[in-house]
Amino acid sequence: MAKSSKPAVNRRNFLKSAAGGTAALAAATNQANAQDTGRARPAAAVAAKEADPPSTLEVLTVDRTGSDFMVDIIKHLGFEYVCANPGSSFRALHESLINYGGNANPEFITCCHEESSIAMAHGYAKVEGKPLLVMAHGTVGLQHASMAIYNAYCDRAPVYIIVGNSIDAAARRPGVEWDHSVQDAAVLVRDFVKWDDLPISLPHFAESAVRAYKIAMTPPMMPVLLVADSDLQERAVPSNAALHLPKLSQTAPPQGDVTAVAEAARSLVAAENPVLVTDRAARTAAGLKLLVELAETLQAPVINQAGRMNFPSRHPLNLTDNSRALLGNADVILGLELTDFWGTVNNFRDQQERSSRSILKPGVKLISITAVDLFSKSNYQDLQRYPEVDLAITGDAEATLPSLIEACKKLLTADRKRTLEDRGKKLGAAHQEALERARTEAAYGWDASPISTSRVAAELWAKVKDKDWSLVSGGAWTQRLWNFDKYSQYIGGSGGAGVGYGAPAALGAALANKKHGRLSVNIQNDGDLMYAPGVLWTAAHHQIPLLSVMHNNRAYHQEVMHIQRMANRHQRGVTRAGIGTTILDPNIDYAAIARGMGVHGEGPITDPKDLGPAIGRALDVVSRGAPALVDVVTQPR
Amino acid sequence: MRWFIAVLITSALYAQTPAGNAQKGKQLFQSDGCYQCHGREAQGGPGTGPRLAPKPIAFANFTKYVRHPAGQMPPYTARVVSDEDLSDIYAFLSSQPQPPPAKTIPLLND
Repeated sequence: MAKSSKPAVNRRNFLKSAAGGTAALAAATNQANAQDTGRARPAAAVAAKEADPPSTLEVLTVDRTGSDFMVDIIKHLGFEYVCANPGSSFRALHESLINYGGNANPEFITCCHEESSIAMAHGYAKVEGKPLLVMAHGTVGLQHASMAIYNAYCDRAPVYIIVGNSIDAAARRPGVEWDHSVQDAAVLVRDFVKWDDLPISLPHFAESAVRAYKIAMTPPMMPVLLVADSDLQERAVPSNAALHLPKLSQTAPPQGDVTAVAEAARSLVAAENPVLVTDRAARTAAGLKLLVELAETLQAPVINQAGRMNFPSRHPLNLTDNSRALLGNADVILGLELTDFWGTVNNFRDQQERSSRSILKPGVKLISITAVDLFSKSNYQDLQRYPEVDLAITGDAEATLPSLIEACKKLLTADRKRTLEDRGKKLGAAHQEALERARTEAAYGWDASPISTSRVAAELWAKVKDKDWSLVSGGAWTQRLWNFDKYSQYIGGSGGAGVGYGAPAALGAALANKKHGRLSVNIQNDGDLMYAPGVLWTAAHHQIPLLSVMHNNRAYHQEVMHIQRMANRHQRGVTRAGIGTTILDPNIDYAAIARGMGVHGEGPITDPKDLGPAIGRALDVVSRGAPALVDVVTQPR
Repeated sequence: MRWFIAVLITSALYAQTPAGNAQKGKQLFQSDGCYQCHGREAQGGPGTGPRLAPKPIAFANFTKYVRHPAGQMPPYTARVVSDEDLSDIYAFLSSQPQPPPAKTIPLLND
């Protein structure tokens, strides 16, 4: 057969022969063996090999590698940071980044788990509006990373991933390199990345790297993945290689069809009770301003589902607390980048016989604007139930808002404006009532121990409200009690509800906030932190200022409620619902964990009177550029 | 007249309230897991369960809802929580103090 009649010349050896002559072929095999760090070999065999006289033709060094060129591309794309746990499948790229690339733009951020690397990138992207780079093994690293990639995918956040792999089986070191190689690395996550590629040459890598960036940043934004073959990384750049850095031309976000936008404007302006519902509508600070302009133009209430910082919490037209009544009385509902339009307008009961019913009145017109309609995959079911809307506008909501606002303004007569202003005054009064109601409710359990979550939010707010703050994770009460009015003050949630997102995403967001001098505040769930607590070490090592205040209810509380539901449904009582769902006996000392990782740690705080001073001390640490954690034992929710 | 009938019905509902043991009810509120959704002081939890105390709904309506909830709450049948236990829990809810007005708490006014 042809295969057996040819000498075993792999790509690496072929290039070495081009550089050093055919005699290098045999020597290259020796070199590959000498680099073997895999399974143990007899000491005598190792000693014998090391005693072999080196060949004068053997190629032992190289001046410019493929990985150097990859760094040129990475710098060309403007990454500020690379988050990674080290892995030999990308060792050349790692070395090129820190030496050839000078460990700047991107700077290497050492992570203790690939899930943390991705989630940091996820949080960073939502603050900075662009991806950072993540590197990982194509096998074990990507397996660790997969849940966090799914979160970013569901959250429509751009994350840029390069995984190492050793494609050429004949060139692999015996042992671990085989365990860490795979035919098709990306298949593991292909269902929940937007695009992936396996470049087999440096020009191919250059084009695909730029293409990947462009695809990740086109709404709906999502993770992308490139495989960097270890051979492509480590071999010399051919002297005659025609390499260049392809121009990055980012796609203008898709806007909704003009005719459809005009129809939406007619419906909204004519409506007596229009409602605007937002989830991931604002991608940038400009998006927030546009949403305010639309709401004020229409004098329409806004329900903020808070997938992003869409709308100021204390704007008179923010009536999120009144959502059920508003939706039930609406005649036109505009959904802007909603994750779940169906779930927004239906009530679903999770009883033994599952049931649902619409909460809408007959004749209501439903309008959606979303870029997600441009992208569909089948396997993972984050698409939610099919929404029966009357007008589906395919396009990015933020990009479509200017034309929608303009169309609405053109339709407004003086009489109509006066009518809408009257409506706005009533809505403003309702907003104020909702705020007073929230404050009244927050007072219940005010002095309780464990500490109420409303008290945690209020104590924290008192300490941060006069600073340039950014809430980077958690806190249901914050949306009701805090005054959010800037885009940078909130980044939304995990997307896929994969637990373990909170701590690393908060740190990634804090990394982005660092250069802006913003105070990053994280309300940290206990179960979430225990997935990969090494993120605390990363915070300390890289001196990333982040204030974490624990919501420590000593349980995977959502699951406690699910088991209680099942136990009640089966009429067996709930007394054993804590088995497998609580984090007790022993209680975890999160402050001690933090201190062990080099982070200022206080707690556990159980008396609400101690909370404010503890937060104050932690803030002093954060103001000096370091992370701090306050462990607070809280009510369940 | 409607107002008078409403008062009459409400009075009748509250008149049916049995005397319960608030201390025992507090323990049951924990052990039966009520607090997981409604908070340890029955103050309510965001997105999980409404506030129940102080001044709970009439006892008849309370027991009816616990046995046959119309919303998301899982049902607590008599095999799980006895009528006597419900009386004790109700007594606990009724014994909870009214919190200070929010306006008197500086942290809730900015």
